[in-house]
Amino acid sequence: MADTTPTELLGLAGPGGPTDPPAGPEQAPGPDDVPRVISVRQTAADRAFRAVLRGGGLAVFGITGLIGAFLIAKAWSTYSRVGWSFLTAFNWRVGSARFGIGSVLPNGILIAVIALVIAVPCAVVAALFISEYAPVALRRPLISLIDLMAAIPSIVYALWGVFFLQPEVIGLARWLSVHVGPVFPPFKVIGPGTEIIFTASPFLAGLVVSLMVIPIVTSICREVFSQAPQGEREAAYALGASRWAMIRTVVLPYGRGGMIGAIMLGFGRAMGETIVVSLIISPLYSVNWHVLHTGGMSIPGLIALYYNESTPEMISALMAAGLVLFAFTLAVNAAAGVIISRARSGAQTAD
Amino acid sequence: MTDTSIAASPTEITTPVHPVPPEQPGETEPELRIRHRAVTLDGLCALLGSVIAAFGLTWLVYERIFPTSGALGFWVVAFLVFLLFYAAVAALVWGPRGVADRLAGAVMAFVGLFIVFVVVDQVAYTVYRGHAALGHLNFFTQNAVNATELTGLDQGGVWHAVVGSLEQMGIATAIAVPLGVLAALFLVEVGGAMARPVRSLIEAMTSLPEIIAGLFIYAVILLNIGLHQSGLAAGLALTIMMIPFVARSSEVMLKLVPNTLREASYALGASQWRTVWTVVLPTARSGLTTAVVLGMARAIGETAPVLLTSGFTAYMNTNPTSGWQTSLPLYIYETVKEPANIDHERAFGAAVVLMVLVLVLFTLARVLGGKAPGELTRRQRRRVARDRLAYETTTRNPGRSAAAQEGEANESA
Repeated sequence: MADTTPTELLGLAGPGGPTDPPAGPEQAPGPDDVPRVISVRQTAADRAFRAVLRGGGLAVFGITGLIGAFLIAKAWSTYSRVGWSFLTAFNWRVGSARFGIGSVLPNGILIAVIALVIAVPCAVVAALFISEYAPVALRRPLISLIDLMAAIPSIVYALWGVFFLQPEVIGLARWLSVHVGPVFPPFKVIGPGTEIIFTASPFLAGLVVSLMVIPIVTSICREVFSQAPQGEREAAYALGASRWAMIRTVVLPYGRGGMIGAIMLGFGRAMGETIVVSLIISPLYSVNWHVLHTGGMSIPGLIALYYNESTPEMISALMAAGLVLFAFTLAVNAAAGVIISRARSGAQTAD
Repeated sequence: MTDTSIAASPTEITTPVHPVPPEQPGETEPELRIRHRAVTLDGLCALLGSVIAAFGLTWLVYERIFPTSGALGFWVVAFLVFLLFYAAVAALVWGPRGVADRLAGAVMAFVGLFIVFVVVDQVAYTVYRGHAALGHLNFFTQNAVNATELTGLDQGGVWHAVVGSLEQMGIATAIAVPLGVLAALFLVEVGGAMARPVRSLIEAMTSLPEIIAGLFIYAVILLNIGLHQSGLAAGLALTIMMIPFVARSSEVMLKLVPNTLREASYALGASQWRTVWTVVLPTARSGLTTAVVLGMARAIGETAPVLLTSGFTAYMNTNPTSGWQTSLPLYIYETVKEPANIDHERAFGAAVVLMVLVLVLFTLARVLGGKAPGELTRRQRRRVARDRLAYETTTRNPGRSAAAQEGEANESA
């Protein structure tokens, strides 16, 4: 019966069953009982395997290098023709092949800064809410919701911004320009305050981009906050801190490095946002720091707008602009990575 | 309320605090358990009272007395008034140190709710604007050749864009997943001096501007090799976006595999590649699946890389290697720029389709993943139990009679 079933084989083949003979009697530790140095002899298969893995790691380097190399190669003619004035000139003239991103770069940075000014307080507070205040049962759904917010395609944000948010925001923008504008010059608008002047503004673009930055900053901050050491939290409570006092004295200082890194990552993301900017904003080639006033541009928006124009000079100029953006965001992101891994919270999460 | 009483039970005073005589602390009263998350009656009443008072006052002052109006202004003013009321109530009930705590809690809960509201509003508005287009079956089965501003919603659809999206996502997944997982394995299993810069670079590339990926492929494939815009070029551009994402999240998942499992495998004499192939990867399978599916969800929603590389056409093109091929985000981007209202409705309809695709992938990731490494599925658990039962009945007690086993089974039943 049971003896003939194939399961017996399975049972016998099972590793380390209780019927196995016990290991030999324990040797008494001798005087020269030092841990043996175990040297691993790598087989050829292992060496090949490690080489393949190394190749995978290096491929990332290769791709990044190739991106930079191709952009430089294509952008070279523009750089050699206009030189450093590419970074400072305001004009984008196709006919005379005069190109410069002197206005586009600051306008793009302005949009990113607006986005961060809105997004960072919201994101940090939301992260604190999820990690510290929300009931435990709500925590997982909220984390999923933030992940979902990050997964919503940017084109949907753009549609929502143009069709839903823009009409809603005009009233707020006018109120700000009338009441805050006299005190705070960036909120002034030039000319009569008709409705059209408040549409397609850097403020609106920044507002929509901020919604795309919030999930990134929130999820990193939440991860950092939730790793604040339990012992220190309890110590704060034992000293009579309220929950907010505990957060202020333990969680926030612990997460400072991670927060700064998250903000920089969000900045890089906001600088690179293409679709929202190119759908919302109306192009303008002078620096517009009146954030409520219509007009502005950013480098990705510029590329999306003009890539279809077929003069070789224009393509080269777009590549040059893309190279500036690539170098800029890569530098910001790398710095963010260093800050995160140097911080006390980051050092524990990194490895 | 005095300061000493606050200090006695700092965070959540659940009962009225009497000044306790300090002579015999633990003798007369049992220790009060301090609960930070407790919902108490007075806490709830303070909250509700403040909300009602704030709405009443705001309505009276904002709508009736001052010449102001507008929904946004009303909500902002109401929230500020609520904070004032809540602070005042908190100061009365819990003393000055309770004020900051209560206000912080209120603001945080508000922001959390607000973000939930924004996401829900976005989804709801898109569905609301797109439902007219979604009501026609042809929207899902036809291409967009007949969909002009002069024809109605009963002509033309987005099927060609869905096919294009799926094909381009498939190409990106087929290339990016092996490369990304290899890079992650390199970081976790090989390590060494090269690991740090590779990790930093992957992190930096995770938030690479989307348009740069498109620009790079545009430079390589169109300008250098001289090919035309195609679905393959778009898929390659998406690959550039997907590799760092997959690598980064796979690395996180691989790190969760307990080292003891690796050591056990080595101790049994397995080589490194065998350990990775038979122990590390199967253990992390659930997490890796999540990483891959989330990467796919991200790739399918990208517009900017596709914008430069795929070309926009209203015709169906199932061949990614030649000819233009539209994807959903590109269809939305190009259609919404048309002035006609009917095109906007089509764009919103396509946005709903795109969101549903993303949502399906997202849910798939949650269903497939979300298990800790080594945590077994129900089927695996059943198999283990079956094997163990078979093992125990056959080998462990071979001398026991069948009758004894039967009795045992009856007992347990």
